[in-house]
Amino acid sequence: MKFKGRVWKFGDNIDTDVIIPARYLTTWDPAVLALHCMEDADPAFAKKVRPGDIIVAGENFGCGSSREHAPIAIKAAGIACVVAGSFARIFYRNSFNMGLPIFETPELWPAIDEGDEIEVDGGKGIITLGEGRRELKIKPSPPFMAELIEAGGLMNYLKKRMTENEKG
Amino acid sequence: MGMTITEKILCLKSGKEKLSPGDLIMARVDIALGNDVTAPLAIAEFRKAGGRKVFDRKRVVLIPDHFTPNKDINAALQCKIMRDFAREQDLLHYYELGEGGVEHALLPEKGIVLPGDLVIGADSHTCTYGALGAFATGVGSTDLAAAMLSGEAWFKVPETIKVSLAGRPGRWVSGKDIILYLIGLIGVDGANYRALEFTGEAIARLGMADRFTIANMVIEAGAKNGIFPPDEVTLAYVEKRAKRNHTLLASDPDADYARVIELDVGSVEPQVAFPHLPSNVRDISRVGEVKIDQAVIGSCTNGRIEDLRIAAEVLKGRQVDPRVRLIVIPATQEIYGQALEEGLLSVFLKARAVISAPTCGPCLGGHMGVLAEGERAVATTNRNFVGRMGHPASEVYLANPAVAAASAVLGRIASPEELG
Ligand code: SF4
Repeated sequence: MKFKGRVWKFGDNIDTDVIIPARYLTTWDPAVLALHCMEDADPAFAKKVRPGDIIVAGENFGCGSSREHAPIAIKAAGIACVVAGSFARIFYRNSFNMGLPIFETPELWPAIDEGDEIEVDGGKGIITLGEGRRELKIKPSPPFMAELIEAGGLMNYLKKRMTENEKG
Repeated sequence: MGMTITEKILCLKSGKEKLSPGDLIMARVDIALGNDVTAPLAIAEFRKAGGRKVFDRKRVVLIPDHFTPNKDINAALQCKIMRDFAREQDLLHYYELGEGGVEHALLPEKGIVLPGDLVIGADSHTCTYGALGAFATGVGSTDLAAAMLSGEAWFKVPETIKVSLAGRPGRWVSGKDIILYLIGLIGVDGANYRALEFTGEAIARLGMADRFTIANMVIEAGAKNGIFPPDEVTLAYVEKRAKRNHTLLASDPDADYARVIELDVGSVEPQVAFPHLPSNVRDISRVGEVKIDQAVIGSCTNGRIEDLRIAAEVLKGRQVDPRVRLIVIPATQEIYGQALEEGLLSVFLKARAVISAPTCGPCLGGHMGVLAEGERAVATTNRNFVGRMGHPASEVYLANPAVAAASAVLGRIASPEELG
């Protein structure tokens, strides 16, 4: 899991109503949700974002509702991964369940500016800033979560487990 | 070392003897819940994984409440997908308009959730059921889909923060003020990934409505679950409603807590959470002049009969300020009926409030009272994030039902004390 991309910076406590406002929850079509991603924080975000870009945020990213529409909107907008100081619990869970790569470190946010290029190496647990000038360590994900990502999300993990059970 | 009630429920449901914070488990769920926003996505995932039958038709609960009565064609489609699925699977607990209401008020009322249960819901306020001594937590649609298929869900055993409540709450102080005060104290991520367990001598004096309100908003402090060990008050509530067995558990005296918070509820004033975070609280005496355009009394936080009684007490013989729109939303059909019988609805009508059908409606800016740019509302709901009730440049102030009612009369955020 390696991602190289341009950074969009957001602050602390970015809640799910900002990530995808409830007024758009009458659909779960990723393409439609992507058009309104982060709209209440930056109305032009969906137009400016390019595939492979990376969101970098402060503490408690994704707090609020349990809507999976939030990680879906982020993924469909083309965001490759999210790096935050910390994540709210349900958002963290949802991201792993549906295979949106997310990484935790409080050190990145103060070290970069919007528009900077960074490289996130999920496997090695390292983020590289500014052409290799500085490296930051990511908190490793628990082994079970890594298994989920490897299986391609919770439903695939479950299917795999069920077939294994059937085989005995 | 003993265990907390949260750890004990997770042990019971995962077949383990002993669990400690940080352990990862697969556990059986007693109830898996979805609504018209989250269920359609879960149903799609369920089908994609080849699901044909849910694991138990009595344990998958689907409730239309967010955009109902259908606010537009898309919402109608989402509700239809859920309704069709409920019929196809012959679900015992699907409640159509006219018999249902807002999920977290409805499930306890119908006796669907009981003490000792493990409940997951594709809705963050699923934590409400902790008031009954159940382990209940919000998850996403994929978790719901997986549980519909397998009857299981994965969990990391949380650490527990103990909140010990002492003292007697003042005249207009309710569960809402206690939880807002606590969120103000520890912050919106103060309990992230953790359980909040409520104990102390003041609990016995809190009725179920106050307990539901407190447990409802633990997610606003980031908590995984909130829990009240069951007592006589719980049992009196449950016994009238339960149709299956339940398990009464309590924390061991030597259980381990990550932190203990002691709170004297006697010193808590009615609280108001200013935009745009539930932790941004002020005592009602320090609110200052905040004019409002709308007041909303309802939601899974404060739409119960006890809340409507308090609002009616404040509104009786009074009129809403002509510049304010007051929307009262009984959370369920049963509450609506009871409010009618008790004469509360006529108090609201005479006060010039509008009475809505049971729905989430304006709580999430869905419909039935959305705010325009620059407008301000005081609401008994649970979130005041940017754009939560409408336009991104509108504002929501969270308060208890008495404060919301008094504010509607005075046209600005105010204590009922000011009405004399
Ligand atoms: S009333 Fe509000 S907080 Fe409660 S379930 Fe409905 S939308 Fe969510």
